[in-house]
Amino acid sequence: MAKINNTNEEQRLEVLKTYKIYVGGQFPRTESGRYYVLKSKNGDHLANVCQCSRKDFRDAVLAARNAFGGWSARAAFNRGQILYRIAEMLEGRKSQFVDEMTKQGLSLKQANEEVNLSIERLIYYAGWCDKYQAMASTVNPVASSHFNFSSPEPTGVVSVLAPNDSPLLGLVSLMAPIIAGGNTCVILASSKYPLSAVTFGEVLGTSDLSGGVVNILTGFVDELLPYFADHMDVNAIVLSDQGEPQVTLAKEKSVFNLKRVFQYKNINWLTEKGQSPYFILDLQEIKTTWHPIENIGGAKASY
Amino acid sequence: MAKDDKKDNTLKLKFDSARNLAPAPESKSIAKIKPQYELFINGSFVKPESGKYFDTINPATEEKLSQVAEASPADVDKAIKSARSAYQKVWSKMPGKERAKYIFRISRMIQEKAREFAVVESLDGGKPIRESRDFDIPTAANHFFYYAGWADKLNYAFPTKTPRPVGVASQIIPWNFPLLMAAWKIAPALATGNTVVLKSAETTPLTALMLAELIQEADLPPGVVNIITGAGETGAAMVSHPDTDKIAFTGSTDVGKIIQKAVASTHKKVTLELGGKAANIIFDDAPLDQAVEGVINGIFFNQGHVCCAGSRLYVQESVYDIVLRKLKDRLETLIVGDPLDKNTDIGAINSRGQLETIQKYLKIGVQEGGEIHQSSCPLPKKGFFCSPTLFTNVSQSSRIAQEEIFGPVLSILTFRTEDEVIEKANNTPYGLSAGVWTDKGSKIFNMTTKLRAGVVWANTFNKFDPTSPFGGFKESGFGREGGLHGLMPYLHLD
Repeated sequence: MAKINNTNEEQRLEVLKTYKIYVGGQFPRTESGRYYVLKSKNGDHLANVCQCSRKDFRDAVLAARNAFGGWSARAAFNRGQILYRIAEMLEGRKSQFVDEMTKQGLSLKQANEEVNLSIERLIYYAGWCDKYQAMASTVNPVASSHFNFSSPEPTGVVSVLAPNDSPLLGLVSLMAPIIAGGNTCVILASSKYPLSAVTFGEVLGTSDLSGGVVNILTGFVDELLPYFADHMDVNAIVLSDQGEPQVTLAKEKSVFNLKRVFQYKNINWLTEKGQSPYFILDLQEIKTTWHPIENIGGAKASY
Repeated sequence: MAKDDKKDNTLKLKFDSARNLAPAPESKSIAKIKPQYELFINGSFVKPESGKYFDTINPATEEKLSQVAEASPADVDKAIKSARSAYQKVWSKMPGKERAKYIFRISRMIQEKAREFAVVESLDGGKPIRESRDFDIPTAANHFFYYAGWADKLNYAFPTKTPRPVGVASQIIPWNFPLLMAAWKIAPALATGNTVVLKSAETTPLTALMLAELIQEADLPPGVVNIITGAGETGAAMVSHPDTDKIAFTGSTDVGKIIQKAVASTHKKVTLELGGKAANIIFDDAPLDQAVEGVINGIFFNQGHVCCAGSRLYVQESVYDIVLRKLKDRLETLIVGDPLDKNTDIGAINSRGQLETIQKYLKIGVQEGGEIHQSSCPLPKKGFFCSPTLFTNVSQSSRIAQEEIFGPVLSILTFRTEDEVIEKANNTPYGLSAGVWTDKGSKIFNMTTKLRAGVVWANTFNKFDPTSPFGGFKESGFGREGGLHGLMPYLHLD
């Protein structure tokens, strides 16, 4: 039998990857059939990246809404384990990410830092999943005969515009506190560095995270921002390094259903400032519950 | 016993007998209402630039009580400048414990004048004196007392953060709880080191103006609190003024959205406490008499002019008949009349405009196939009054089950299973409050967890406390008022 002779790296024809999007746990291409060409610094063709449409976004919101009930009802401890699992999967595929990032123009040092910190950040938030509640909850000593407490609950479906200048760490830093808090999200990846975001979808897809909890689209902010902001079934929008006019537009469009709007700008995600339980709390609603206490006046035993 | 007697041995209550109680009116003479009020800016009462005034009337008699200044954009500018100056020169530099003492002082003085405040509140707004006396005024005083204590303890509220005040707050309040809403706005703002410009509602300016007099008497540094009067245009000027850092608004969802849009291009911090259409849910294992009391209080408290009113009642089918009978019986005992009478349960509708809105919804309810039940209690000849109303045969899509009426109108719907009622209750753009009635603890927690609302009352309804955060999910707004969480809207956390 003749030996297959193309195992030599130099002779071997590389199998190119079709970069897809990540919606509802599946990896479709955009329904629109549109794409944009991503090139490396020296002009090599890297990928035909999906240029997602409004319809893609709406499909993703549907997936995120369907996933919300289950994800928000999961035990906080279990959410923590799943975030940790994402970190494990990312660790295992580190070299793939480094390779992809260097192709997209990052230095080896930058790429390593980006991936390492993304893993650390996922673990950081994995730990917060069952702790922020204790930090943000109160038992309120009301003056009447009632037991009264306040605790955080996830806001719902969140649309996210990831920072353009970060291939992975920015996206992870925005995503992790959102899902740690029991929300689901639709993320528009950096249009400059979309490949790592798409590959990160593959990490999520293999990490026990239910389909639809995180959805990742690629495409252009200017085209998609209005839909991210005015969709009536999205409860909050998170912006990052977008400019003033885009932020104003997002705020104006968010009015229709009173979305919560947050912008995290000028945050260096490489530093400690890039992680905090307060990011989790931004996307929580405080619920206060009352119940009568019987005969509190009679409880005067002083043993 | 004769056979005939046996036929009719159920106890018949004469529900309308309560209406024959002798009048027990609170004395109006304690209220010293001036014929005219000016704007409270920079510690003194000043005439409006425009020279314009508008009347405030007693909605129970339609008689004029006083006239108050209409603040123009020029007056708003003056007020915000004075707040800015007080912020920079005095209030932001003052140690927390000193700020606390001023706020404690305000609380104490409200308590001293509580009876007068209560009478004026009922005269100007139409609410029963029992409510203004036992709820509005004491809770307002307590709110100041609660937040006063926070002023020098802010560093304990948010671990690892250094809180700092936002600056000048523009605060716009509604007409349903005039003094209490002023307290909800002013107390946390002052405790956190901000200065404020507050506008009271057009139809209920008087207790806020009395509060202004009290603040002057309390010797608060000029400009720390400015209280102005006017209508929508005045509010718009407060929102769009470039030198305000924070907007706090309580009112309708429509206006809330306009405000949110108006500040979209700015960095102003916003909190909105908006409308609601609360579901009040009765399960078949609930203590029904308590539940019926809770439902009545939930919808008829303050004539239903309550954003968190339990205006959608969901009754489990198996107890529907008995609950409906009890509700109708209880409805008959309610006394509609003079707000100043201590026997009155339901006072006057706040304004002619609001009465017309409610009447419009009564017509819509009937047109959409709802069955209307009203109390037979006669209404006073003069003034704005509305019979307490129940609607049955209401469908989930009926406008009276979807839209906020802000009046004494209850829509009654039914359900069979827990999952069904959770879905129905959450099927609204609002998410301010909800109520659940059942004797089973695990069911309570299932319901209170799944109802998407900022305040959930279990086996109780319409309870409020300064220590208890209040505010909505979804289109009922964002931000919390009350409790530790109520500090956050007035702070930057560095």
